[in-house]
Amino acid sequence: MDVRYINPFMSSIKNVFSTMLNLEVSFDKPNLKTDAKASHDVSGIIGLSGDAVGAVIMSFPKPAALRIAGALAGVTFREMDEDFADAIGEIANMVAGNAKKDLEGLNVSISVPSVIIGQNHQVKATKLLPRLAIPCSTPIGSFIVEVGMKIVNKPKINSQSQEQAVEELVSSVME
Amino acid sequence: MKIMLVDDSRTIRNIEKNVLSQLGYTDILEAEDGIEALNQIASGMPDLFLVDWNMPNMDGLTLVKKIREQDKNVPIIMVTTEAEKTRVVEAIKAGVNNYVVKPFTTETLGGKIKQTLEKMGVPA
Repeated sequence: MDVRYINPFMSSIKNVFSTMLNLEVSFDKPNLKTDAKASHDVSGIIGLSGDAVGAVIMSFPKPAALRIAGALAGVTFREMDEDFADAIGEIANMVAGNAKKDLEGLNVSISVPSVIIGQNHQVKATKLLPRLAIPCSTPIGSFIVEVGMKIVNKPKINSQSQEQAVEELVSSVME
Repeated sequence: MKIMLVDDSRTIRNIEKNVLSQLGYTDILEAEDGIEALNQIASGMPDLFLVDWNMPNMDGLTLVKKIREQDKNVPIIMVTTEAEKTRVVEAIKAGVNNYVVKPFTTETLGGKIKQTLEKMGVPA
């Protein structure tokens, strides 16, 4: 896992939480994680393929997961039901999707989300180790985002920013 | 005005429904993937689509192409985490009329819906 690729994930986490959940996120120092055991009780997982392969795993303690999923869905979750899992999966989807656009020069595809619920669960895939773990805090709970990613094709760098290019493109179509 | 939301996430469909309801649109159809959407439109084409890209069974890009085989004009807005220029080009070539990147604010989504309907001359 190349630490240069950590910033897109941190920006994405901040962006997703402030835009969709109205929550500010602060970070502790990222660290390398070498065991497969999940950090917490609930994990939202997105697979990465293409020029980079691996996964993004968002791992939450149960109380934080219930509150954060509720903040996205605009409801109060009391149990970890299907709608709760859907909200957790969608948060992971947005974090991975938003980060991949800033993985400069890499064409990466993301999978649909999987959500695993249960204490002491493991996310085992030897190719994903070591994972870079980013400890995240919000006013309603903390969680960890783990990124296990291996670059399989060299980045093709383009100077124009993705946001600028996309905005120009969409505007030209709408004119 | 009948609007179809195609997204495998119920959470996102609910957020979209809230935005549409604030704009006064309450006649909403929902589908979890492209196949379910195609099955539903067999009995009538909606007036607007909001379509996610990454979905199981049939993705949004394939769905857009299949809708366009049946109807060249119905407005389609892609609402997706796919934000790279190459993906947007692919979606526009397939026939989408507007593009909203997740995460979005309710104002952004509402604005793009209004903009698309005005542009396409669809009566509110």
